[in-house]
Amino acid sequence: MYLDRRLVEVARTERAPLIVSMTASVAAAAATVGGAACLAAIVAQVFLGGHGLDEVRAPLILLGVAALSRAVFTWLANVAAGGAAISVKADLRRRLALRLTTAGPLVLGRERTGELSAAMAEGIEAVDAYIRDYLPQIGRTAAIPALVAVFIALRDPISGLVLLLTAPVIPVFMVLIGRAAESMGRRRWGALSRMSARFLDAVQGLTTLKIFGRSREQAAAIARLTERFRATTMEVLRVAFLSSLVLEMVATISTAVIAVEVGLRLLYGRMAFEPAFLILLLAPEFYLPFRRLGANFHAGMEGVAAADRLFGLLRMPVAVATSGDRSRELEPVPHVRFEGVSYTYAPAAGGEEQATPALSGITLDLPPGQQLALVGPSGAGKSTIARLLLRFADPTGGRITAGAIDLREVPPDAWRARLAWVPQRPHLFAATVADNIRLTRRDAPMEAVRRAARAAHAAEFIEGLPLGYGTPIGEGGLGLSGGQAQRLALARAFLKDAPILVLDEVTSQLDPELEARLMRATTRLMEGRTVLIIAHRLATVRRADRIAVLREGRVVEHGTHRELLDLGGEYARLLAAGEAAP
Amino acid sequence: MSALRRLVALIRIPRGRLALAVLMGSGTVGAGIGLMGASAFLIASAALHPSIAELQVAIVGVRFFGISRGLFRYVERLISHDLTFRILARLRVWFYAGLEPLAPARLTLARSGDLLSRAISDVETLQTLFVRALGPPLVALAVTVGAGAFLLRYGASVAAVFVASMLVGGIVVPLLLRRFSRGFGTEGRLAAALLHAASVDLVQGIEDLLASGRQEEAVARLSGAARRMAAIERRASRVRALDEALTGLVAQLAVLALLITAIPLVHGGRFDGVSLTVLSLVALAAFEAIQPLPAAAEQLEDQQEAAHRLFEIVDRPPAVADPAEPIPVPGPRPGVPVLLARNLRFAYPPEDGAAARAVPAPVLDGISLEIPPGARLALVGPSGAGKSTLIALLLRFWEGWEGDLELFGHDIRRYRAEALRRFLGVVPQTTHLFAGTLRENLLLSRPDATEAEIWDALRAARLDRTVRELPSGLDSWIGERGASLSGGQRQRLAIARAILRDPALLVLDEPTANLDPGTEDELLASLETLVTGRTTLMVTHRLVRMESFDEIAVMETGRIVERGCHLQLLEAGGLYRRLWELQHGAVLP
Repeated sequence: MYLDRRLVEVARTERAPLIVSMTASVAAAAATVGGAACLAAIVAQVFLGGHGLDEVRAPLILLGVAALSRAVFTWLANVAAGGAAISVKADLRRRLALRLTTAGPLVLGRERTGELSAAMAEGIEAVDAYIRDYLPQIGRTAAIPALVAVFIALRDPISGLVLLLTAPVIPVFMVLIGRAAESMGRRRWGALSRMSARFLDAVQGLTTLKIFGRSREQAAAIARLTERFRATTMEVLRVAFLSSLVLEMVATISTAVIAVEVGLRLLYGRMAFEPAFLILLLAPEFYLPFRRLGANFHAGMEGVAAADRLFGLLRMPVAVATSGDRSRELEPVPHVRFEGVSYTYAPAAGGEEQATPALSGITLDLPPGQQLALVGPSGAGKSTIARLLLRFADPTGGRITAGAIDLREVPPDAWRARLAWVPQRPHLFAATVADNIRLTRRDAPMEAVRRAARAAHAAEFIEGLPLGYGTPIGEGGLGLSGGQAQRLALARAFLKDAPILVLDEVTSQLDPELEARLMRATTRLMEGRTVLIIAHRLATVRRADRIAVLREGRVVEHGTHRELLDLGGEYARLLAAGEAAP
Repeated sequence: MSALRRLVALIRIPRGRLALAVLMGSGTVGAGIGLMGASAFLIASAALHPSIAELQVAIVGVRFFGISRGLFRYVERLISHDLTFRILARLRVWFYAGLEPLAPARLTLARSGDLLSRAISDVETLQTLFVRALGPPLVALAVTVGAGAFLLRYGASVAAVFVASMLVGGIVVPLLLRRFSRGFGTEGRLAAALLHAASVDLVQGIEDLLASGRQEEAVARLSGAARRMAAIERRASRVRALDEALTGLVAQLAVLALLITAIPLVHGGRFDGVSLTVLSLVALAAFEAIQPLPAAAEQLEDQQEAAHRLFEIVDRPPAVADPAEPIPVPGPRPGVPVLLARNLRFAYPPEDGAAARAVPAPVLDGISLEIPPGARLALVGPSGAGKSTLIALLLRFWEGWEGDLELFGHDIRRYRAEALRRFLGVVPQTTHLFAGTLRENLLLSRPDATEAEIWDALRAARLDRTVRELPSGLDSWIGERGASLSGGQRQRLAIARAILRDPALLVLDEPTANLDPGTEDELLASLETLVTGRTTLMVTHRLVRMESFDEIAVMETGRIVERGCHLQLLEAGGLYRRLWELQHGAVLP
């Protein structure tokens, strides 16, 4: 019945409004029953008692009161359930956000960021529908038909029996509908999204299609595909809708049976008109919650599917564990060492693959003021080393030390305050250019921001932007090119002015002049700092004090440019492969 | 209402099916009314203890309506789903056909990616046009008319009270609710955009945030945005929750009003108590039809906006029009240059909104060049020099240049764009590969290519060995956008695709722009043999393996500043030399 344990657990934090909602729903149902009783009384008195308007004034007023109170209770029930859903959503968002920061990028890297964003947007909306509509409807379905059935049975046991007999049929068909909906969910909605993907594909590839002169005929292909989908889906639906047909019929035929049965007893004088009419009025109310629940099945199904993803994310492990705080003992510019460091990524949730270590037995030395370049093919573990130094995760083996202190004994934020990080693809936040640069120093005065931008050769393009440093960029703002984003990242690092610099050099191809500009800025930034650089350019490695060559998670060679070249090993080979023919 | 009405007219919703769906929807509600009416008649008549024969008709009626309601509902659901898919097909075709002439010039405006993905979801919103927005009011109308006509037998005042209540419940209440909640829509969208930005910043910027110790702030920002969103939702939810409450209230008050109207009539002998029983239940049942209307009003507004956005796209004028009297493309002829540009000037027209700015700077500022049959020309220079623009003009993506641009000896504007493109094999900077098999992607450029020709093209692009090693060979599925291929393989596939057409002019637009250096070099090495003996135009800012070109034209800010072969240009010591030196040196993977 899609009663997800975890979602119910979450809903429990909003117990009060949900109980209010439930109570209000029952009160609204009671008002409905009361209103029906008034209506039955009025009609009976006018019809058989020959009463006029004045004589039925009291039940008429009561009918009005019942109508009003039903409206108020219905409103209250919906507002309370909605409120619970809204609170749960806000809370889930906060918890997810918190989890993301503690899980850290190394764990996160396994989840694609797109999926994560989708989980945070659509997944949470699915939870909304579950808590707002589905869960309360389950409660209503449990309570209201019972209430109505008891009320009817007290007045007329036979009609009560009819309701009772048809009632078990309903859950059976509900389950059938659920199954059908589920198999539809798996197959047809899958096909639907594939078809949508095809359409998106054609729209996005429009220019390519046009170049090959194939764009016009695509319209017909799209029509054909959608038509084929329609035809096959309709065949499935013809069967799938049958169970809801039966559910609907059980409800209406039962009402019909009650009407005829009551009518016949009335005919033979075994029953009075007023209770008979009342029963007729209430029979549909008995079935209504079931029908509504049937209509909400989809919300239940999607809620459970979303819960799987959301709670999976909430279970992500914490990336770094810190014991004690020795940050005060840290030297201003500490000597950093990797001592037999290994790192193995946690296997992806549900993944079959055997986790292979990304790094094993890495030993590196980063004395103050020296520059260490990491080179090696992609996947060799260069960026994992950089990320471990940033304490995005703790090594699974060995340790990283700063002076005499194990990094695990320093809180991550205190350690990262000494580091500046220049990634390949810096994120542009939804803020102004100035605030984006201020990422590394929140309260930096404008003059410092400008200085940093100039040092990073970013000032040139920033001053050309519509609003200069006040131009909004990132999500919903102006887009920047890769080269511009790079220079912004350099500006951030200049602004932070940290003693240790971790730098991931760009691999993508920039045009030579831009590249030269970037190079000059990077060189300036590196001056006088301890640098760990993931290098992709010959000029960079040449300048480095030491070079570590990585392959499959191990350091295979280590030395200066000259030494490694003379060695004629891996480094020499890498260089030869990358060398452009002069 | 205009955009939606225009859309409805354009996509031609099949009227017969629409009428049938409305009929079945009305039938569903009608059967409900019939069931309650006949039951009321049955019970009320039975209370007067007539002979059973007099009740037979009512009993049959009750049974009939009891069974038919389910059937009506079933058929209605089938027809309206069918209609939904038919509408979807028409919407897609209509939107695609409107989009096609605009690509790419009119779609390369700022944030076009967002624009297109939003358009796609707008199309999906509009597919429920009938079920959610048009159907319910039409059904409500039919029910109001039908039940109103039935109630006329009890007097005009009874019918009038009923119709008035239906109008209040079906029009006044939904409009009122929309009015109340309109403010939340704008506010909500703003809050949602902030929330979205906050979560994108947190998810995608997590490394930068952690490295700068700003993660807690970002969490606080997201929580704050979520709280603000929640506050707006809470207020909106209070209005939205009125939907069900108010439509229910209107129905009950309507019954009350009908009773007050009808009881004196019964008392006065205008009709009997049986009729009073019947009319109160008929009215009550009829209000089922207005229950979905507040939601429909909301949908209608959303769909109106969606339609408006789609029209904003497809109403853009195409950038290029075919000539009234096109001439056939003659193809390459000896002695006639394949491509000729003479004093070519071009500036992109200002984007809407940027019109206030000064005259746009020329992207091409007097370009002259010539590619004789069999020659290979490279166009190099820093990015932004205008190299790719020349290709865009050649492909007839833009118009409005000055000077001459000729292909096979005629102004390219005299050809039909599609006919002209048939002679070109283009490898763009980023190739779109379609979700499908390798074969499907290759055949795109030439549907009638034979197996041998396909393999020749693969061999030329040096992709043949890779393909042969795949378990399903040419029929391997390459995933969305060719996701299962490496960057180098994707670009090789693009090259094979261009070669397969055996083009009169091969056009390579920065074919290695998005590749890492190792892959780039490998690819360029194979290009060297590929372009031998093939008329080629290559645009690049990477000065690698330039010896294979007969002529190199160096562009800077829209002009050709140097030309010659690789060695000449190196000796000349100008821009080319400078760019080459800047790039000199190895690049590691």
